[in-house]
Amino acid sequence: MPPFSTNRKHILPGFGLSMGYTVFYLSAIVIVPLATIVIGTFRMDPQAFIGTVTAPRVLASCRLSLTTALLAALCDSVFGFLAAWTLVRYRFPGRKILDALVDIPFALPTAVAGICFATLYSPVGWIGQLLAAKGIQLINTPTGIVIALIFIGFPFVVRTLQPVLSELEPEIEESARSLGATRWQTFRRVLFPHLFPSLLTGATLSFARGIGEYGSVIFIAGNLPYKTEIAPLMIMSKLDQFDYDGASAVAFMLLIASFTMLLMLNAVQRWQEKASH
Amino acid sequence: MSIDIRNITKRFPGYTALAGISLKVGTGELVALLGPSGCGKTTLLRIIAGLETADAGSIILEDRDTTNLPAREKKVGFVFQHYALFRRLNVFENVAFGLNVLPRSSRPRKKEIRERVLHLLGLVQMEWSIDRYPSQLSGGQRQRVALARALAVNPKVLLLDEPFSALDAKVRLELRRWLRKLHDEIHVTSIFVTHDQEEALELADRIVVINKGRIEQQGTPQEVYDHPANTFVYNFLGNVNVFHGRIRDGKVMVGGHHIEAQEKLNGHEEKTGQAFIRPHEIGVSRIRSSDNDMPGIIRDIRLMGSQIGLELESAGFEHPIEVEIPRETWSNLGLDRGDEVFITLDKVKVFTGDYEI
Repeated sequence: MPPFSTNRKHILPGFGLSMGYTVFYLSAIVIVPLATIVIGTFRMDPQAFIGTVTAPRVLASCRLSLTTALLAALCDSVFGFLAAWTLVRYRFPGRKILDALVDIPFALPTAVAGICFATLYSPVGWIGQLLAAKGIQLINTPTGIVIALIFIGFPFVVRTLQPVLSELEPEIEESARSLGATRWQTFRRVLFPHLFPSLLTGATLSFARGIGEYGSVIFIAGNLPYKTEIAPLMIMSKLDQFDYDGASAVAFMLLIASFTMLLMLNAVQRWQEKASH
Repeated sequence: MSIDIRNITKRFPGYTALAGISLKVGTGELVALLGPSGCGKTTLLRIIAGLETADAGSIILEDRDTTNLPAREKKVGFVFQHYALFRRLNVFENVAFGLNVLPRSSRPRKKEIRERVLHLLGLVQMEWSIDRYPSQLSGGQRQRVALARALAVNPKVLLLDEPFSALDAKVRLELRRWLRKLHDEIHVTSIFVTHDQEEALELADRIVVINKGRIEQQGTPQEVYDHPANTFVYNFLGNVNVFHGRIRDGKVMVGGHHIEAQEKLNGHEEKTGQAFIRPHEIGVSRIRSSDNDMPGIIRDIRLMGSQIGLELESAGFEHPIEVEIPRETWSNLGLDRGDEVFITLDKVKVFTGDYEI
C-alpha cells in the first residue's frame, strides 16, 4: 500500500482535519515568517550581504551573543541541576513555593527583569554599591549580560531535568550501593549518565534562548558598540535606520545559528537514545 | 556464610512491619520468606541488605555483627523485583559495575574483570548479550543479568526480592528451575522473598512463613505443606476446604455429619474448631465404602490440566466442597454434572480454638 493512499482507514478519526490544522498553524506561525527572512536575504545582493554580516560591528555583536549565551547556559546547567535535584529529592517546607518561583523568568516580561537587574547592579543599586566599593562594575559589561541570560535560561534546565529526576527509581541507587559504590560513584557512574541527555537538552534550550534574548539584556548591557552590543540589538538598530535588508541579513545569521543548535541537539539525543533503547 | 537474625523489629508510622523476628540461615542454604503482601518479608530482606535500618535487634553475618553497616560494606548481593539495571550501561558494564567501583588497591585488573564478567554471563547463559543495553532484553534476560551483576562482587549472601514476580508464567517457571540449578552449583547462602507458595515449595530448602511481621512456621517445604502449624499456614499454602464445626469425643461435627479426624483429639468437652482438608486429599467414589463417606452432588466440573476440579454440594455444608482428582480417575468414574458421589474426608486436619485466618 502506498504510504499516502487516500482510501486507507485510520483507526483514530479526524486525521485530515487535525493534520490540516497543524500544517496551517505551523505555516502561519513558524514557516512563513521565517521564510520571509530567508527570501529577503536571498534577494539581497551577495556582496551587500557579505558586507553586512562581516561588518566588524556585526561580527562583534554575534560573537558577544554566542559567548555570553554559552557561558550563561553553562552556569544554568550547574544551578539548574542543583535546583532540580533539591526540588525533587528533598521534602522541605516551602518547596512548592520555590518550585513555582522557578517559572518566574518564563512568566515575567523580560523588560521588567531587565529593569530589575539594571537597578540592582547599577553603581547605586543594592548589589552594585557593594561591588562598586570593591571596584567591580557589572552594568554595561558582558558579565552583566551573562547574569541576565542566566536568569532567563534557568527554568529551561530545571523543567527538563525535573521529570527525569523524579522518574528515577530508588532501586537504581540502592543496587549501586549494595554493589559497593560510594555516593559519589553512584552519582558519577549511574545517576549523571542517566540525567545527562536532559541536562543537555535544557542547556541547549537556554543557550538558544540566550542568543535571541533582547528585553532583559539591553537595560543592563549599556549597548556600547563593539563591547556590549548584542546581535538582536543589531537587528533593532538596523531597523531603526530603515535598513531592512541589513536587519534580515543579521536575522538570517541568527536563524542559522538556532537551526544548527537544534539539529545538533537532535543528533545528540538520537545518539543517546540509541545507547539506551 | 551463615545469617543469624536476632529479634529484628521495625515499625513504620501506622503499622509494625516486623515484630521481633529471629531466624537462622545456614551456610549454603536457600531459604524462602513466604507471606502475603505487606507481611514484612521485603522489609526484613532490606534490613539484612542494609537498605533499611531496624528499630531493634541485630543481624549477624557469620560471626560479625553487621546490623549498622551501610549497604555498601555489607557485601550482600541484592536482586530487585524490577531488575534495577543501569539503563545507560550495557550488559558488560552492568555486571562489571561492582568490580569497577572497588578501591584501586583491591580492584582486579581490566583483563581479570573481563574474564570474571564473561564467566558470570556464561553462568546465567547471557554471554551473547554483552554489548546489549537493558532495554533490548526481555524481563527474564534482564533478571539474569541482574543476578550476574549481584554475583560479580562475590557476595557472602544473596538476597532476592520477589525476583520472578514481574515475569510471565512460563518464564517464571523456567527461571525458577534454573535458579535452583544455579544455586546447587554455586552454593551461596540465599534468601528469597515471595508471595507465591508454589515458587517457595519448588525452590527452597526451607520455607519461612511470615504473617503480620511474625514467623508463623518454618521448615522444609514438605513439613510446611504436610503439617501446617496453624490455620494461617494451611490457608496460605495452596487451596483448602475449611469446615467450621464442633469437636467432641475425637470427632468433628459439621452440619450433622461426624468426621473422624486423623489425629487424636484430646479432651472430652465440646469445643469449636475448624477442619481443613486440601482438595486433592478428598477421596471420591461412586459407591459408599464406609460409614464415614458422605454423599454429595457434583455441581461443576473444571478442567485444570492434569487435574480435574469438582465442586460438590453436600447437605449440611454451607459452602461447596472443592475436590481435585486425577484426570484418569475422572474418566474411569465417568463423572458428570449432577451425579451423586461419595466423598471421604478422613484426611482432615483439625484446629481448635480461635485462630485468626
